[in-house]
Amino acid sequence: MSLVLANSPILDLFGDGAAPLEGWPWLIVALLHTILIGLFFGIPAGVFIWAERKVSGRIQDRLGPTRVGGRFGWLQSAADGAKLIQKEDLVPKDADSLLFRAAPYLVVVASFGAFMFLPFGDGWSAVSTDVGLFLMFAMLSLEVIGVILAGYCSGSKWALFGAMREAAQMISYEIPMAICGLVPVLVVGSLNLNEIVHYQSGGWSGGLPPFLNWNIFHPIAAPAFVLYFVCATASCKRAPFDLAEAESELVAGFLTEYSGMRWSFFFLAEYASMFAVSAIAAILFLGGWDDGIGIVSGLKSSDSAVMQFLGSAVGAVVLIAKASKLVFVQIWVRWTLPRLRIDQVMTTCLKYLIPMSCALFLAAAIYPLALNQGTGRTDLRPSAIGDRVPTRPSADSHAASASTAPASTEVAAAHGEVAQ
Amino acid sequence: MTAEEIRNLLVEQFGEDRITGANLEAIDPWVEVAPEAIVDVCRFLKSDERTQFDHLNNLCGVDYFEPDEKKQKKFGHEPHVEVVYHLQSYSLKHRITVKVVLPRWKDDKDGDLPEVPTVSGVWKIADWHEREAYDLVGINFVGHPNLVRILCAEDWVGHPLRKDYEFPLEYHGIRGK
Amino acid sequence: MSVTVEDPRIIEFDVRTDEMLVNMGPQHPSTHGVLRLLLRTDGEIIHEVTPHLGYLHRCAEKIGENLSPVQWIPYTDRMDYLAAMNMNLGMALAVEKLCGIEVPEKAMVLRVLISELNRIASHLVGMGAYGLDLGTFSPFLYAFREREIILDLFEEVCGARLTYSYLTVGGATHDLPNSIPIPPGLASLTGRPQDEQVSWMDAVKMFLNWLEPRIKEYHTLLTRNHIFIKRTAGLGIMDREMAIDYGCTGPVLRGSGVDWDLRRDGDPIYTRMYEGYTFEVPVAPFKDAPREAVLGDNWCRFYVRMMEVVQAISLVRQAIDKYPTAKGEYRVPFKMSTKLPKDEVYLETECPRGAMGFYFVGNDAAEPLRARAKSSCFCNLSPTAPLCEGFLLADIPAVVGSLDIVMGEIDR
Repeated sequence: MSLVLANSPILDLFGDGAAPLEGWPWLIVALLHTILIGLFFGIPAGVFIWAERKVSGRIQDRLGPTRVGGRFGWLQSAADGAKLIQKEDLVPKDADSLLFRAAPYLVVVASFGAFMFLPFGDGWSAVSTDVGLFLMFAMLSLEVIGVILAGYCSGSKWALFGAMREAAQMISYEIPMAICGLVPVLVVGSLNLNEIVHYQSGGWSGGLPPFLNWNIFHPIAAPAFVLYFVCATASCKRAPFDLAEAESELVAGFLTEYSGMRWSFFFLAEYASMFAVSAIAAILFLGGWDDGIGIVSGLKSSDSAVMQFLGSAVGAVVLIAKASKLVFVQIWVRWTLPRLRIDQVMTTCLKYLIPMSCALFLAAAIYPLALNQGTGRTDLRPSAIGDRVPTRPSADSHAASASTAPASTEVAAAHGEVAQ
Repeated sequence: MTAEEIRNLLVEQFGEDRITGANLEAIDPWVEVAPEAIVDVCRFLKSDERTQFDHLNNLCGVDYFEPDEKKQKKFGHEPHVEVVYHLQSYSLKHRITVKVVLPRWKDDKDGDLPEVPTVSGVWKIADWHEREAYDLVGINFVGHPNLVRILCAEDWVGHPLRKDYEFPLEYHGIRGK
Repeated sequence: MSVTVEDPRIIEFDVRTDEMLVNMGPQHPSTHGVLRLLLRTDGEIIHEVTPHLGYLHRCAEKIGENLSPVQWIPYTDRMDYLAAMNMNLGMALAVEKLCGIEVPEKAMVLRVLISELNRIASHLVGMGAYGLDLGTFSPFLYAFREREIILDLFEEVCGARLTYSYLTVGGATHDLPNSIPIPPGLASLTGRPQDEQVSWMDAVKMFLNWLEPRIKEYHTLLTRNHIFIKRTAGLGIMDREMAIDYGCTGPVLRGSGVDWDLRRDGDPIYTRMYEGYTFEVPVAPFKDAPREAVLGDNWCRFYVRMMEVVQAISLVRQAIDKYPTAKGEYRVPFKMSTKLPKDEVYLETECPRGAMGFYFVGNDAAEPLRARAKSSCFCNLSPTAPLCEGFLLADIPAVVGSLDIVMGEIDR
């Protein structure tokens, strides 16, 4: 796969956006992207680690960090990082030294990789591909390899238990998670994350606010969101599914033998993946960077490049806010619920979540056809955009996807004829 | 049932030679049983409808010995070891104390632990209590399924609750005093 | 785990799983101290559990043989350090029974008040720690928030927060204080000024009024939580016969359906203290139990404790009402050099974790010939092996936690 740096404002600075870049401009663009993703990977993770402490403190009727960095202890994560760097990097005698050292990097790289495909604002993604969702799931699922490696190479039985649990759990939960992720894909008709958000955004129509366009208001996608969120929590090893590091059973699971910086890499990756899966949830179901009252789409539809840039920037803030809300819910759940047992976790997944997600997938496939028989539409949501069946993204997909309703209603009508 | 009735019942059942004594005036009245009869007596006390001692409250050993020769005159007991069984019935709400008197050492040979049959087949909890009594007081419960030390380390020497126990001065390089 | 090529069984089976020996403890987050469980597991399934005790063994019984009973009281604190007052009480009563000491009414009311308050504190920790065993952290901190106030109140009473040595032979070491600075935790929870002076009794009342509605919250957070029920109900089932056979006492026994509470059925010297008080003995099965719950399972044992907190709150309230009118002094003097008569006594009291028994053999000396502390947790822990076998690794904390052990008491 050639590296496609499409739809990127940074790219526009170096080329016309149509032809692939070569040579040093490509290198610079790639470097810039890496730095930016690195920031988006590291900073939210640090913030969420701090938020976890603060929120858990508040939930438990205590203060949480208050000292470092003045008010609210907002520098706590940085202080922890500084402490962890100084700690001794221990490798147990019985551990497979090379793999033991490599495992944390694998986890971080997998988590980091997922951020490549994440569109923060309209078109603001490092790698914009037509299979963005697929690649993002694929990258996130690589994390499990690092975790299994960590557990298996630690030379500790507790770590081995943790790794085995993790292997069973993560691989099982990826199935319903991906199927639930496919429900909005069926609704929208695209795996392109950018497209999926475009489908859900729009302006006011007939006095109804644009947020009714979000997939969460789709009768099939709404339950899929709940299921997806459960699976996403499980795939991030968050309570009540934190079997792999269950401290009351397995000491610290696969983390038992890790210390210092290597331990903190796991930690960082965990919070970054929490953010990544939450951002996917926001994009698939909650309208992504669309604010729901038409500000972003209004700015984006302006002719001025500055306003368009501003639109993307506001969109990025909106997306991060939405994803953070979901991360907060994960934190909240963690400090409320007891942990499930491994067989219960597997039962939940294999007996309930997979059949439910399959049923939703089927329903999502049948729903537009059935609706079309009755009403002639494929989606009941108010906006005209809601009826649009997106075109296959082409070279001018950027322009097409930002286009207005009339073009899409034609396609919808055409689709309707085919269905009849 | 009162302690006296229980004593009489036991004497009637097992005879004077196996129910060797009793003190019914004590605060907690007790019946003394010959070591070889203890399992039968306990099984009887547990299963008989009149007694139904289904709960073994406590089982412990007591070492009657005064190592200090000057105080031995005032001590007032012949040197011996007792195993004390405190029984209670949940349904009939009565209690009794059963004792077995043993020599301090088997055949008066220092270091040979006195022997008494195990009652761990009667009450399951006796298993751990007997292990503790073996560990701390030094009583060999014959027939016990797993008579190993429970509180002290496996390689500990001596039985700490013996009156003539000497504290080790060193244990695996750790100084004792 | 390691399989050598020489292993003859390899020829027999192409694919086979090994059994693994795993040491759970003594350094493990959920073994309540220093319990060591040697597990033989096939994957997550436990085939055999062997508890190893003694990592906290101090041979307190040997120490007791060299001290007079009053001097031994601080050692009883360190047995069940979560319910030190109840330990003190059990030991003091045993010596009083041996020496025939009659305690005045006021001392008895004081003892009920203090020991029931300690029972609340102890069960709160039991509840919180059980939540911790099941992987939820917050109830633990809620429990400690409440317990903190009880500890503050005890600190005003005797100056110590954990090892009180307050209830002693003959009564208590001091009378209850009159006016105290309000415990900081209580002040912030009830929204009163931090520097307020309140009477000790009022502080206790304020605390109980605050605590009582919290019990409902704990039921929502734990007892009735779906995951909690899934993790506890129908697991670690100990039927009536098994519980009696293994010598289980206290909430473990009552969770198995034996209606037995020493405060009601115990020795007269102990039940006399509770005369005139109305309290219920919560015994499984419960009418309001979830349908998954079975008599004698983890859930029942946990629920018995929760219900006992409610009963203890009521008992403390009754004791507060009785205290001002109670006759006599808060103690009768007992000298350290008092000679113990040539007799022996065994007395059990209802401690939060079960029936703690003290056995004294006197021999006309100030020091007993034998001082024995029969631990309730020691007996409650003994069925661990049969209870855990065949279950999953994650059920071990659930079962051991429901037995609510304190290693300080087991190892003594």
